[in-house]
Amino acid sequence: MTRIRTALQHSLLWPCVTLVALVLLDLAHNPAFLSVTMLDGHLFGAPIDILNRAAPLVLVSLGMTLVIATRGIDISVGAVVAIAGAAAATILADDPSRVGLALMAALAVGVLAGMWNGLLVAFVGMQPIIATLILMVAGRGVAQLLTGGQIIPIGAPGYLMVGGGYLASIPCSVWVATGALALTALLMNRTALGLFIRAIGVNPVATRLVGLRSNALVFGVYTFSGLTAALAGVLISSNVRSADGNNAGLLLELDAILAVTLGGTSLLGGRFSLAGTVVGALIIQTLTYTTYSIGVPPEATLVVKAAVVLVVSVIQSATARAWLMRQLRRGLPFAAKKTVSEAAR
Amino acid sequence: MRNLLDRLVDPRTLPIVVTVVLFAALFGFGSVMYTGFFSLQVLLGLIVDNAFLLIVAIGMTFVIVSGGIDLSVGSVVALTTILAAVFAERFHWPVWVIVPLVLAAGTLYGAAMGALIHFFRLQPFIVTLAGMFLARGACFLITTQSITINDPAFHAISGYHLDIGSGSLTAGALIALATLAVAIFIAHFTRFGRNVYAIGGNERSALLMGLPVARTKVGVYALSGFCSALGGLVFTLYVLSGYGLQGQGMELDAIAATVIGGTLLTGGVGYVIGSVFGVGILGTIQTLITFDGTLSSWWTRIVIGALLCAFCLLQRMIERHAARRKSNGTGMQQRASSRERRRPAEPESGPRTDSVAMTPRS
Repeated sequence: MTRIRTALQHSLLWPCVTLVALVLLDLAHNPAFLSVTMLDGHLFGAPIDILNRAAPLVLVSLGMTLVIATRGIDISVGAVVAIAGAAAATILADDPSRVGLALMAALAVGVLAGMWNGLLVAFVGMQPIIATLILMVAGRGVAQLLTGGQIIPIGAPGYLMVGGGYLASIPCSVWVATGALALTALLMNRTALGLFIRAIGVNPVATRLVGLRSNALVFGVYTFSGLTAALAGVLISSNVRSADGNNAGLLLELDAILAVTLGGTSLLGGRFSLAGTVVGALIIQTLTYTTYSIGVPPEATLVVKAAVVLVVSVIQSATARAWLMRQLRRGLPFAAKKTVSEAAR
Repeated sequence: MRNLLDRLVDPRTLPIVVTVVLFAALFGFGSVMYTGFFSLQVLLGLIVDNAFLLIVAIGMTFVIVSGGIDLSVGSVVALTTILAAVFAERFHWPVWVIVPLVLAAGTLYGAAMGALIHFFRLQPFIVTLAGMFLARGACFLITTQSITINDPAFHAISGYHLDIGSGSLTAGALIALATLAVAIFIAHFTRFGRNVYAIGGNERSALLMGLPVARTKVGVYALSGFCSALGGLVFTLYVLSGYGLQGQGMELDAIAATVIGGTLLTGGVGYVIGSVFGVGILGTIQTLITFDGTLSSWWTRIVIGALLCAFCLLQRMIERHAARRKSNGTGMQQRASSRERRRPAEPESGPRTDSVAMTPRS
């Protein structure tokens, strides 16, 4: 009984239930949904497809989770994705053989963008949403400046491997996302970093007074978010074989925030769950897949997302839960009586 | 004279002064660099071409002053253009039915978001984000096509011009100016406006003072919804069509205009007139780039981002300066006395300071 109760109170319960419900919905519609087949030495099937497409979102959400855990927010990730893709594509357009340099450049640009955000938030003391809004507005301009307003096609085979290739019959992008997740989880759970980041989210002033260099930590968190966004930019540009300064990563920041919230990370900071974030990202991708496969017009995905955001945030809100419980008690006098009698027994 | 100088460097009005100076400087720069830039028509054109943004930014100013944020404005503008176009073209309803209906829909939409934010204590950012998704999704559910409006009444209103000297104002620009006047009145001469400032300053104190926090907060988002719907109608008149991708990123422009106009994002400080100059600066940059002809359009975004950054840094400097002044003894006394002196005249201080700052330049 107590085991069930602890399971019910586990923070990962609701995200997992949502994901399972979505998968069941898909299964009801298409019984072959979970089947994975081997074709030309590659794995094919809906689950693999979802994992593959969710990889960039997982990456961006990882960085976003840590940022949100410090009571911040990074709404520039979509723009950073576009800049990173544009930087790599510009280098590859000059010389398609310099794949390593292109990758380095993309990641370096992302780190720079993250450092800029971190500088504004940690050392200048701007509100995170505004500090990153600056890069969100200017970033697309910078990306278009790099690409000259064109969509630059990418043809370098080495670069295309990253987002479209397979390694050990699993898409490379899944490997990249898994690697990043493992590394982040290691850093957060096996070192004190995770504790420090939570501490900043709970009480930034106390953290500083205790002697932690909270400025440096916040700076590092935003830099990390820039890096993961750039990595996602590489995956996306490699997957669609082109860099588009205008549309790459459009609304990605919203999806990432949604994934983080769905995963049970509090937007008020101080509490985060990397596993929850991954489940959240998978929920979003499965949701998109489901709306397509069930035959709901793709435009409706936005409406469904909006409904999910609202429902999840209402469930997370303590005030709303209390209000709902009151309404339930009032509406169901029998239930209330039953609990009273149960309590008496 | 000293009093005037004091007021110009007051932390509350300094950002506005800087904004007005920057606007004048940008316009002066354009006048020197390009022939034909310095004309009444270009100045009026700024209002005509940015009327919808001006209206939306006015609503945004109220929300930000109250300490919140509204990300749904761009998509509500798009939804309004679609609704107006569908009602006019598919149902052939007359204009005088469509306009109140659409405005009421926008107001209700805003009020619903405000109610969620206040009563469930949700973050404004998340709720309006969901509102943004919902409105944009609703647009595409209604139609993915662009609907051209052929209704003669819409064309008549859209074609209306009020000649002023060598230039002219469209109906949309006149609506924007009227909204501005009403907004200044609401912000500085009504109980609602005072409450908005009080809640932005400190919500808990406002509640303890017995101010109607719930009504005001819901009202602020309803006002923003109304402004978005009105902005959407003006936009419909401007382009004479309805399309779901309209107004993408307009929330960013509106927030940028508000911040550049000197409204503090922490709430409690800001003037509607500042946002007008914020919109003016954004519009002037766009006009400058159009006049130049060699610069690409994406420079607009970079310049806006840079300006946003500069103004946020300025705000931070002012905040730090104010905090330091507050912490040392004599400074605090001086500040308290100057505040006392200012209190009674404060309602008009926003517009008046602006007119003072503007007179030597215009």
